[in-house]
Amino acid sequence: MEIKKIAVAGTLESSDCMVTVEPAKKGIELELESAVIRQYGRQIRKVALATLKRLGVRNARVSIVDKGALDCTIKARVECAVMRAAEHEGRINWGGMIK
Amino acid sequence: MKNAVGREIPEEIIEITGKEPFQGNYYRDDKPITLHGPTIRPVINNQKSKLVGSIREALEKCDAHDGMTVSFHHHFRDGDLIVNMVMKEIHDMGLKDIRICATSLGKAHSALVPMIEDGTITNIESSGVRGGIGEAISKGKLKGLAIMRSHGGRVRSIATGESHIDIAFIGAPTADDYGNLRGIGGKADCGVLSYAIVDGNHADHCVAITDCLVPYPNFPAHISQTKVDYVCVVDEIGIPSKIATGAAKPTTDQRKLLMAQYCTDVVVNTPWFKDGFSYQTGVGGASIASTQYLADIMRERNIRMGFGVGGLTKAMCKLLDDGMADVMLDVQDFDLDAVKSLKNVNHHRIPAAVYANPLNKGAVVNKLDYVVLASLEVDVHFNCNVVVGSDGMITGAQGGHPDTAQGAKCAIVICPLLQGRIPAICSEVTTVTTPGESIDVVVTDYGVAVNPARQDILQALKEAECVPLKTIEELRDIAYSIVGEPDKVEFEDRVVGIIEARDGTIMDVVRQIKEV
Repeated sequence: MEIKKIAVAGTLESSDCMVTVEPAKKGIELELESAVIRQYGRQIRKVALATLKRLGVRNARVSIVDKGALDCTIKARVECAVMRAAEHEGRINWGGMIK
Repeated sequence: MKNAVGREIPEEIIEITGKEPFQGNYYRDDKPITLHGPTIRPVINNQKSKLVGSIREALEKCDAHDGMTVSFHHHFRDGDLIVNMVMKEIHDMGLKDIRICATSLGKAHSALVPMIEDGTITNIESSGVRGGIGEAISKGKLKGLAIMRSHGGRVRSIATGESHIDIAFIGAPTADDYGNLRGIGGKADCGVLSYAIVDGNHADHCVAITDCLVPYPNFPAHISQTKVDYVCVVDEIGIPSKIATGAAKPTTDQRKLLMAQYCTDVVVNTPWFKDGFSYQTGVGGASIASTQYLADIMRERNIRMGFGVGGLTKAMCKLLDDGMADVMLDVQDFDLDAVKSLKNVNHHRIPAAVYANPLNKGAVVNKLDYVVLASLEVDVHFNCNVVVGSDGMITGAQGGHPDTAQGAKCAIVICPLLQGRIPAICSEVTTVTTPGESIDVVVTDYGVAVNPARQDILQALKEAECVPLKTIEELRDIAYSIVGEPDKVEFEDRVVGIIEARDGTIMDVVRQIKEV
């Protein structure tokens, strides 16, 4: 999936995260800031990268500001930001790549 | 060497401190000890005035020197102005290598951080630290060791001479010119001076600081003129609105109300809930709500509380004022209603020593039936952590947690299963502050776990069918199934602090946090 513009999903509320996705030339660049980085930084990165892979995103700069979101929230926010950044809204394949 | 709660205590720390690893709750029971007295300068000359014009003058008259230990009490809580006022003067005098022996340090004291960085302050002894100081210690900025002690443990360490105080500074809401101090009245009314009484008894020098000088004699004195060397009058010793910050509105958080209900169900269905029972609880939303639920059942079943103790709140004092409790024993007032309640003749001030010192001939906590506590983390061994955050940063205080938990027949910890993404019930706490052998029941929003060592309690709750019973492992597994198992927080090798057990042995060490 091609990232065409910068897009954001999520909030900075407690137990949420804010995901920003923007175009990049080569590969995935993931930046993470988290209230629980010492205990869950590894897990958050894993979930975010797996989600990007599932969506077929190859080139993007992704930044996550996490306020203790659960994995399901991180997944959903990444999906939403990617769909917006890829101008894919309205054509979402529910139950397909969005699980 | 591994101690009785399975924590590795480095040999080096045992050597430096001369302390032993924790050996279990009753290790020092019945073992003789000798108590320590201060070296004082008697006042025989009736011409001598105790009034001094400034903190600086008091410091000079008390032979302030490099390497000395100064002490403070925290009855003014987040409104405290004394610590910063005195330490600024010490800093301005260019003194170095100061040891602070405080009953607690909090957010009001972040001004101390630069003094830690420049070597003015090199050692800290406290119930705990919050805010900037906690962060500074965790990041390794304090040259020496931080020692965290419970309220009872602090009295023990001072009374046995392990901690020797050179100069005690006692903020007094009212004082007369000869050093009779009261916790009540004046502009910074905190009700009691209970934590500072041991300082008066054992410090070599004692300076009272007040913003309300009253005519002699200021009686009945909570700290006597016989303990006080100098009296210093300043403009302000505390910010009243920040002293009584515990006056929380009743909670409407359903999760807390549920835990409050479970907690009350545990209390009323265990054998000690009968006429004359004793009780201590905290200031959290769930604790206060559970006290109110408890009051309803006491009324219904016509059961009276024999005594309540602790840091007191409106909810507890109301029991006294409504004639449902016989006596309140007070070491600290968390709200103005508790301060006001001191007018009641059955509301008594007690020194921290009477409250919780493990090495006297029996403290009040030993007579507790129930204590209701909170915790940042509880592990599957029922060990609690109330000092170090799950991210490894020092951010809390022992307070009376280890004292009351050990003393009470039934120690209940209320703890939401999850705090955001952080599981409060976990495989291993970051730092042990209260040993599992002291903790009997853990109440969460997902169910209640009873320490297997307390089959009597488990049996009573099973028979009553009052709360959803789970094992502590089950609770942990539920938590991990929701948030995932956390990675272990990484630390540097350097030990920055010691968690001292009540009796002076080492419960755990706190290491420097690793930068991420």
